[in-house]
Amino acid sequence: MKLDLRKLKLRKVNETLQSIDQKRNNKSYTILNPEGNHAICAGLTDDIDVTIKGHVGYYCGGMNQNANITVEGNVGTGVAENMMSGKIHVKGNASQSAGATAHGGFLVIDGDASSRCGISMKGIDIVVKGSVGHMSAFMAQSGNLVVCGDAGEALGDSLYETDIYIKGRVKSLGADCIEKKMDNKHLKKLDKLLKKAKLDKLKSKDFKRYGSARKLYNFKIDNVSNY
Amino acid sequence: MCGIVGIYLKSKKFEKDLGKMLSGMLINMESRGPDSAGFAIYKKEKKEEFKYSICINNLAFEKFKKGITGKIKFTTILKNSDHVILSSKEKPKKVLDILNEFKGVSLVGYGKSIEIFKQIGNPKDVVKKFNLENFSGTHGIGHTRMATESAITTDGSHPYSTGSDECLVHNGSLSNHNNLRRNLTKKGINFKSDNDTEVAAGYISNHLSSKKNLKETLMSGLGDLDGFYTFITGTRKGFAIVRDEIACKPAVVAETKDYVAIASEFQAMAHLPGVNMAKIFEPEPGVVYSWGN
Repeated sequence: MKLDLRKLKLRKVNETLQSIDQKRNNKSYTILNPEGNHAICAGLTDDIDVTIKGHVGYYCGGMNQNANITVEGNVGTGVAENMMSGKIHVKGNASQSAGATAHGGFLVIDGDASSRCGISMKGIDIVVKGSVGHMSAFMAQSGNLVVCGDAGEALGDSLYETDIYIKGRVKSLGADCIEKKMDNKHLKKLDKLLKKAKLDKLKSKDFKRYGSARKLYNFKIDNVSNY
Repeated sequence: MCGIVGIYLKSKKFEKDLGKMLSGMLINMESRGPDSAGFAIYKKEKKEEFKYSICINNLAFEKFKKGITGKIKFTTILKNSDHVILSSKEKPKKVLDILNEFKGVSLVGYGKSIEIFKQIGNPKDVVKKFNLENFSGTHGIGHTRMATESAITTDGSHPYSTGSDECLVHNGSLSNHNNLRRNLTKKGINFKSDNDTEVAAGYISNHLSSKKNLKETLMSGLGDLDGFYTFITGTRKGFAIVRDEIACKPAVVAETKDYVAIASEFQAMAHLPGVNMAKIFEPEPGVVYSWGN
């Protein structure tokens, strides 16, 4: 089913996609002429396929549950923000804060993602085929961030328990983020994510793993006088 | 918030459509700035003439014309709503002194090719009032304002121009503008408002007048201007964009073989011809991008 944003209001399009009757409705949708609109496909809850033909604005697929969304273009700030489950595939580049605060699901970005990719992520898996900008995985709590290109300044600043895998160069690490040993279980986990993103040709051993030194967020008795 | 937009034409193909393209961008950016709007258009220069963009506010055009006749030798004087474009072959210093002393009007910019129009009100109304759609030119920049640190007035609206053919639009806020204003005032730069962007414009003009080029000026601005910003600056030959190193304030660039478009959000340029085939990217933090300079 085709939904044309030049003919329909954004609210109407989102309402249609948010109220799917699983028995009667079509499960495959195409959105035409997105023209940079914000909040396209926000708040979807059903297991449907949506393809967006063009560039979108902010918070595309925000709060997504179950839906499988493909964007054939670039996305603005906060794609997949607070996603719970489902999948979002961006074929172009992403602006800042991709996958911010997301609890689950899978976000794949074919191009680059700019600053603060995966900020405060809470369980989502993000695979970026290009590079990510500064402060990526800032205060990230759980889930995995995989970057096949380079990472900008202050990667993983104030990080909790997210695993970060970077294939290229890291400009600098943020506070309390360190390079960690790549064990077998990490290699296996990374292989699985690369396969899921259809990146079978890449080898998990070519990546480096970064994570929290756990010095910043664990209480240390030596610091008691500072409180 | 605030919305900023700009177009630089790489070929002559869209020169007649420049106003139309910019107008659509400004109207779309109303959501980021409903308080006031403004734009600067660069046209082909006339070698010996300077053009002065003047906001005459509530003063009747005839009264202004009468008041200025005899004091400034002008070749043309054209009214566009509450703005006037005055062309003159006299030396800018003399004309500026006279205009600055003329009560009830404010000079919004001057140069050989620039024309600036700005006013309070909804961008849609401002654009219509000045008939931006009918403008042609080589490049232009625009702004929609959501006022934060100074009042909603014409003088508080962007673009700001403090030097010949120079202008600046800004999305963000500066935190050290009072100090900079004091230093620049000592160097002879005049400010009309308490606005932070006007200080940034003064800073740029001051550096450009000491023979630095636009790219060098903006590079040194990264060290001296403290705060959040995405700036678009225009000069007679082109324009440039720079974002501060934190890069909280957005910007998108779309480049085709015919034009370079910049906007706070992609939706502002979604109506431009061939934009879906353009090379689209987000300017990196702390990097100066310039065209035509």
